[in-house]
Amino acid sequence: MTIKQLSVFLENKSGRLNEVLGILGQADIRIIAATVADTSEYGILRLITSDTAKAYEVLKANRVSAQQSDVVALTCNSTAAEFAEQMDYFTREGLSVEYMYCFSTGEKAFLILRTSDNAMVDAIARKYGLDIITEKELLSV
Amino acid sequence: MSRDEMSDLQGKRLHKLVELVYHNVPFYREKMQEAGLTPDDIREIGDIGKLPFTTKQDLRDNYPTGLQAAGQSEIVRIHASSGTTGNPTVVGYTRRDLEIWSESAARAFTAYGVTKNDIFSVGYGYGLFTGGLGAHYGVEYVGATVIPTSTGNTDKHLRLLRDLKVTGIACTPSYALYLAEAMEKNGMTRDDISLKIGAFGAEPWTENMRHEIESRLGLQAYNLYGLSEIIGPGVSYECECKNGSHISEDHFYPEIIDPDTLEPLPYGTVGELVFTTLTKTGMPLLRYRTRDLCSLTDGKCGCGRTNVRMTRIIGRCDDMLIIRGINVFPSQVESVILEMPEFEPVYLMVVDRIDCLDTLQVQVEVRRDYFSDELGEMLRLRRRLADKLKSVLSISADVKLMEPGSISRSEGKSVRVIDRRQLT
Repeated sequence: MTIKQLSVFLENKSGRLNEVLGILGQADIRIIAATVADTSEYGILRLITSDTAKAYEVLKANRVSAQQSDVVALTCNSTAAEFAEQMDYFTREGLSVEYMYCFSTGEKAFLILRTSDNAMVDAIARKYGLDIITEKELLSV
Repeated sequence: MSRDEMSDLQGKRLHKLVELVYHNVPFYREKMQEAGLTPDDIREIGDIGKLPFTTKQDLRDNYPTGLQAAGQSEIVRIHASSGTTGNPTVVGYTRRDLEIWSESAARAFTAYGVTKNDIFSVGYGYGLFTGGLGAHYGVEYVGATVIPTSTGNTDKHLRLLRDLKVTGIACTPSYALYLAEAMEKNGMTRDDISLKIGAFGAEPWTENMRHEIESRLGLQAYNLYGLSEIIGPGVSYECECKNGSHISEDHFYPEIIDPDTLEPLPYGTVGELVFTTLTKTGMPLLRYRTRDLCSLTDGKCGCGRTNVRMTRIIGRCDDMLIIRGINVFPSQVESVILEMPEFEPVYLMVVDRIDCLDTLQVQVEVRRDYFSDELGEMLRLRRRLADKLKSVLSISADVKLMEPGSISRSEGKSVRVIDRRQLT
C-alpha cells in the first residue's frame, strides 16, 4: 500500500524554497511532511501533501521540475527503540531503505520510507505486523 | 643570415613545397587549379599571396589524413589535438619532420641558454598533445638531461627538482605558478631548488605572470610558442632580450592578415597570424590561419638574431579558449549537450583560475522529465556528462546541474562563456 510523494528539484539559491512553497500555498495545498536532501549545488525537496496530483500540476504550470513517486508510510510509537525495531525487520529481510523521513504527533510517529521494492514492504509488514497506513489516514493525522 | 638571403631561401623552399602539395594533396591541387595556379607560378616568397589559405575547418573536413602529402609508410609519428565536432586534428610527421621539429625546439632551448650541462624537467603532458614530446626532443637535441615528468604528481615533481638539482623546466605558465604555490606550502623556498631557466607556453600569459614566476621560482622565464598543426612547440621562442618571440622562419613562414578581408597586413600591425610550413613533408600546410592575433617585426634584436619576431598573442579571432594548455571550443560542449536528451539545449561555461590552475565549470539545465527523485540517479547523470565532456575536451569539467530556465537566454548573441581568469 503506497502513498504519493512529490519531489521537487531545488536549485541552490537563496529564496528558491520560498518560491516553491509560495506556489503551493497559492493553490491551497496542505503540507503533511517535508524534507530537503541537499548536495553542494542543488537540493531535492520531498513532500507529502493534501493533494499530490494538484500540487504536481501547479508546479509544472509554474515551470518547476517535480516528480511524483510512491513511498510507504508506517506508524509506530515515537521511541528510538521502536524505530530501531521497525528498521531491523527490513534489514533482516534484506530490503534496503533508500531514504526515510518522519514526523511525530507526540506519542505517535509516522515514517515515510522509500525502498526499491514497495511490494516487499507490504509482505514484511504482514509478516511482522507493522502498521502501514493509507494516504487517507495520513491526511487525517 | 641577411634578410635577402632569408627571402631567397624561403622562396626556393616555397616553390618546392608547392610542387609537393600540388602533386600529392588533392585538396591543394584543386584549390590551386580553381585559382588558375600551377607550381611554376610560385617562384619567390613574394608570390605567397597568390596561394590559398588553410583553415582548421579544412583540417577537419579532410579528417583524418586527407591533407597528408606523404604515404603512410613515410609517416613515423602521429599527434592529434581535440576536435570541435568529435573529429580531432590529426597530424602525421615524417622522420624529416621530427628532425625539423627537434631542431626548431632545440633553437628555442639554445636561445634560453640551455647547454648539455643542464638538467631539464619537461612538465607538459606527454601523449597526443605535442607539448611533452616536442620539448623533450628539443632538450635532448641540445644534449641536456631530460626528465620526462609530464603533468600531475606535483609532490614528486618538486622532490625531483630539489633532489636532482634540476636547472630548467618546461611547462605551462599556470602550472609553474601552481608549482610555486605547492613548493611554498611544503615549506620549501626558491633557495631549495636550482632552477635557472623556464620555457613556458601552450597558453596565453602576461608580463605580470612572467615577473611572478621569475621571482617565486628564481628563474628566467621565456616564451615558447607552437601549435600542433604547424609542428608543435618550437615555432617561435624568446631570446635573452625577452622582446618578442623569434620565428624559425626558414621552416615556418609567418604572415599577418586581416581576419575579415584576408588582406596581408604590414609588419607592426596587429592581425591574424598565418603560417606556411616551408619544409614539412608529412602534412605540410599552405597559409594556415592560426586564429591567434599578434603583430610581427623584423627590427634588429639585441641578441643579434635576424629572424622575424612576433609579439605576445593578444587574443583570438574565434571563440576558442585555452584551458590548461588545451584548446577548447564552446561548440564542443554544445555538441555533447545536444546529444543528451536529459538536458535543455543551453549551457554556460565558466572558466576561472583558482590556485593558479585553470578550472572549467559547465552549467546545464536538466529537463523536467529527466529530473529524478534519487540523488544517486542525478549524480550518475552528472557523472555521465562529465565523462563525455572529458573524452571530447581532453580536460575535466565540473558539471553543475541546474533547473530549466535558470541559465539566462538572451535575444541576440547569447553568453556561452564567462572567463574570470585575470591575465594581468
